[in-house]
Amino acid sequence: MKRRQYVIGITALAATFVIFVLPFIFILLNASKTSQDSAALDFSLPDRWVFFENLIAVVQARDYILLLAYWNSTLITVCSVALMVIFGAMVGYILQRRHSAWNKVIFGFVLAGLMIPPAVVPTIWLLQQIGLFKTIHGMILIQCAYGLSFSVLLFRQFIGTIPRDLDEAARIDGASPLQIFFRVILPLLKPVTVTVIVVQSITVFNDFTHPLYYLPGRENVTVQLTLYNFQSQFVSQMNLLFMNILLVTIPPLIVFLFFNRQIVAGMTAGAVKG
Amino acid sequence: MRRKTPYPYWFVAPAAIIFTVLFTIPTVTSLYFALTRWDLFSQTFIGFDNFVQFFREPGLTRGLINTVIFAGLTSGLKTVLGLLLAVLLTAGIFAQGFLRAVVFFPVLVSTIGVGLTFTELMHPTDGAINMGLSFFGIDGPGWLTNPDLALISVALVDVWRGVGLATLIYIAGLASISPEYYEAARMDGATRLQQYWRVTVPLVRPATTTVILLSLIGGMRLFDLIWAMTRGGPGFSSDVLASVIYKQYQAGFYGLSTAGNVILFILIGVLVMPLVYWLNRREVDL
Repeated sequence: MKRRQYVIGITALAATFVIFVLPFIFILLNASKTSQDSAALDFSLPDRWVFFENLIAVVQARDYILLLAYWNSTLITVCSVALMVIFGAMVGYILQRRHSAWNKVIFGFVLAGLMIPPAVVPTIWLLQQIGLFKTIHGMILIQCAYGLSFSVLLFRQFIGTIPRDLDEAARIDGASPLQIFFRVILPLLKPVTVTVIVVQSITVFNDFTHPLYYLPGRENVTVQLTLYNFQSQFVSQMNLLFMNILLVTIPPLIVFLFFNRQIVAGMTAGAVKG
Repeated sequence: MRRKTPYPYWFVAPAAIIFTVLFTIPTVTSLYFALTRWDLFSQTFIGFDNFVQFFREPGLTRGLINTVIFAGLTSGLKTVLGLLLAVLLTAGIFAQGFLRAVVFFPVLVSTIGVGLTFTELMHPTDGAINMGLSFFGIDGPGWLTNPDLALISVALVDVWRGVGLATLIYIAGLASISPEYYEAARMDGATRLQQYWRVTVPLVRPATTTVILLSLIGGMRLFDLIWAMTRGGPGFSSDVLASVIYKQYQAGFYGLSTAGNVILFILIGVLVMPLVYWLNRREVDL
């Protein structure tokens, strides 16, 4: 009986490992091959390791478009996540501290933001009306709007653990609402803020759909869009395609290695209330 | 003097303005635009013609049916496999932490990268999956080229990518079950399997609710993975609502595209609302 369980356990482990790790080894191997070698699409070791040559070739491709893409994606991610954190924390604070009929309304909008798929064409029409279509600022605001709901939920939950006595004490000392929030509350939100930053950064950085709709144009490319376009470009150069996939995979891997705990907290806490 | 509240409502204003302008207004106006023939140059009110067309044209109807199949399949598999993996990865086995990380990591990876990688792995003749199968003497199918199989293949990749999140939620759920229940069950002579069915499954119910809802909503909205792997093909065989919306937008049929959006919105409401009610009602008291 004991022995059978042991065998089942080992088999399950081996299967899990094969299913989840092999695709990444496949990417790594093919990113290190020459183009003829990688055309076979198999798991063999490279005939000749040309990892760095491939890396340089991908970066230089199409007039260094990958560097532009990384710059754009980073800009969009940093700015939109900064807005989500500050504005989201402010809403979460009010939702948690005040209780009136308005709370239900705000909460309804938050849930709507989590569930309803954005109406893309009307959004494009609206962005054109206010002159933000095909602009990085427009994309930043869009990502902020789509990510606010999740941030608000996480902040509201965490602010519940901060005693009201602190706000009260600051108020008696003559602090204005803004001072109370930015000087007293916000610094105490550091753990949940890190979680929001990490989870939302990954979401925005990996987003393909919304830049595809709202940010067309060569000068506006993002990392995911270049990767998608490279697919048709590199039909005969699978090695470069996989090098590109590898480059897109590394940032989340680094973030994951450093912020594993915060990511897990964010993903499960946000999930507690479907 | 009236005491000023330290929690003024204008704190909500910046978020509310961004959200209202960029999310609420497009969502509300979509209800009107869906009723128009709308292209680059003009829009005319045509009533429910777009919706009639949606249910008449096989290519569009197929997208609607596929959305339900895709969401149901991925949601079901993520729930079942997620719980099994969570049980396995909380049993105190060798390299548990590492395996948890390995199962979860795909959640964080670029969907486009995952899609492109699996497109190559699923290549009908050269792909590593079919090469592996032929090693065991199995003739692998054309995962993405067979119209009957393409949608299911994409769904399997979506499960690969998303099961880590389900597992994570289940691990959190399992941790909240008090060991006393298992002890009591053992005292009463329950087998491992009975413990699993009578204690674990009912008590992780809140986690199950979360997993089902998240993966169902995510599955119905999914666009990027399908677009990276099949673009809805071959033919319309793996089109879902989200890819239909994009195709109609590209073709310049903005009204029809928006109607697709409204249908997706209604579909999510129709499927998710009763489910929320039903799942919450059946939560067990212990």
